[in-house]
Amino acid sequence: MTDETNLVDGPRGPKPKRAFTRRNIFVYGTLLLFAVYYLLPLWVMVVTSLKGMPEIRMGNIFSPPVEVTFQPWVKAWSEACTGINCDGLSRGFWNSIKILIPSTIVSILIASINGYALSKWRFKGSETFFAILVLGAFIPYQIMIYPIVILLREAGLYGSLWGLVLVHTIFGMPIMTLLFRNYFTGIPDELFKAARVDGAGFWGIFIKIMLPMSLPIIVVAMILQITGIWNDFLFGVIYTKPDLYPMTVQLNNIVNSVQGVKEYNVNMAATLLTGLVPLVIYFISGKLFVRGIAAGAVKG
Amino acid sequence: MKNLNAKIASIPMIFTALVIFVGCTAWTIYHSFTNSRLLPNNNWVGFDQYERLWDTKRWIVSVGNLAIYGVCSLVISVIIGFVLAALLDRKIRFEGVFRSIFLFPFALSFIVTGLVWQWILNPEFGVQKVLQSLGWENVTFDPLYNPDLVIYGILIAGIWQGSGLIMCVMLAGLRGIDGDIWKATRVDGIKTWKTYIFVIIPMMKPVFVTALVLIASGIIKVYDLVLAQTSGGPGIASEVPAKYVYDKMFNAQNLGQGFAASTMMLVSVAIVLIPWAYLQFGGKKND
Repeated sequence: MTDETNLVDGPRGPKPKRAFTRRNIFVYGTLLLFAVYYLLPLWVMVVTSLKGMPEIRMGNIFSPPVEVTFQPWVKAWSEACTGINCDGLSRGFWNSIKILIPSTIVSILIASINGYALSKWRFKGSETFFAILVLGAFIPYQIMIYPIVILLREAGLYGSLWGLVLVHTIFGMPIMTLLFRNYFTGIPDELFKAARVDGAGFWGIFIKIMLPMSLPIIVVAMILQITGIWNDFLFGVIYTKPDLYPMTVQLNNIVNSVQGVKEYNVNMAATLLTGLVPLVIYFISGKLFVRGIAAGAVKG
Repeated sequence: MKNLNAKIASIPMIFTALVIFVGCTAWTIYHSFTNSRLLPNNNWVGFDQYERLWDTKRWIVSVGNLAIYGVCSLVISVIIGFVLAALLDRKIRFEGVFRSIFLFPFALSFIVTGLVWQWILNPEFGVQKVLQSLGWENVTFDPLYNPDLVIYGILIAGIWQGSGLIMCVMLAGLRGIDGDIWKATRVDGIKTWKTYIFVIIPMMKPVFVTALVLIASGIIKVYDLVLAQTSGGPGIASEVPAKYVYDKMFNAQNLGQGFAASTMMLVSVAIVLIPWAYLQFGGKKND
């Protein structure tokens, strides 16, 4: 263990080429062990969803399928039952898409305007509102959900798609506003002042200068919002009606309903299907995902 | 009027800050002192709801579970997060691959997380059966069906989902440490693990605090994970406060209890948050 300090920083002479030093075995061994822990559930989901029920009853949940079948996937997507509806998770998937698109667009649009006003058009009290907003991110949702039900009912939006869009916009606002405010603060004031001199106003500068420059941060915001809204359960179950339940709610209803024989392969196929959208976003976006959560986490 | 457009554009933000975050919170706190049941009312009953709340076994179990879950997941997430980050920071190969593997569960929802671990921990088909078929016939490993252990079964899933985030925060912190520190300790012949414990960790105090606040603010919200994995069972053994609130408000038609319980959740967040905010502001003033 004593020679590992030599490998820390900056080369001193040629590096030793031995691959199986004690240090390497320790470092890679630990990493691999943890990698197994993190990957195992994904593996179990995939193999279970590809087995038939007889094989599941006989075999080992970790072993790969002997006979690969896609029947559980088909059933999870188009036949699995929740209550009286037996049209599968596809209903929840399309509901989630219907919720996701307007929620993402509206929440990012409003948050970007907030961030722009907070960084370039400060007015009396604007910092106070921002402070309340950021503190609000720490308030447990549970204390606000019921009064929001009343407000939505008064507005005639309770149970509707747009009510849920509004809720996602509100609860996404702290982190999104923070993201845009920090980004716009980094844009030089000279640019902003030059546009003012040319006679551009609040909206003119926002649309012609700020928005085109904020593409990178919009992508980061989209990654955060898409995964967040897709994974939401609580708001979906409170603020929508059963025919508009998002995929997570429907998934839970399918798997945890007590009626009939449990079909674990269908359940795992359904679970995997629900996790697929955020997983695809995660693996495509790569470093941007990390940047998003870092921006949200460290500064928040 | 100066900045009129900016003010108009900020109406959604002002509305959210004042009406939702301040107004709705105050509304619930106020109504937690009433005997609201199916509908909210204004019949003031003082601390009755709170007395009843702390007399309810299910609430006590919920708070106990949250305390166990909270303390364990704070300690374990920070340790795992730091160890993984330190290992990844050792200029290793395939760093990106390992990092992607450790972080991917964070992209998944608690529902998905809960359902997968419910399946893995299923005593009839899961880990217990595999162990038994390997020869340990008397081994029992069914945390989700054992009232004393169920919260640890949920903990395994929670750690799986969230520790990658802490690793990311820690890694960012480690990368921010001046390389000269490492050179200096190397010149002095200090062992690597000693450098981590006595030099690096004390330097990373703000990062640790951030990680703790992150985990703590997530813990209080634990709801979907429990719902998916155990639905609060067996019996009431894995109930949590957020689930108590939801059930009282939307299933049991006992709004007053729901309001009182959610106010208690806010109080516990404040207890964690106020010292932290104080430290943050105090630190900045001293600089």
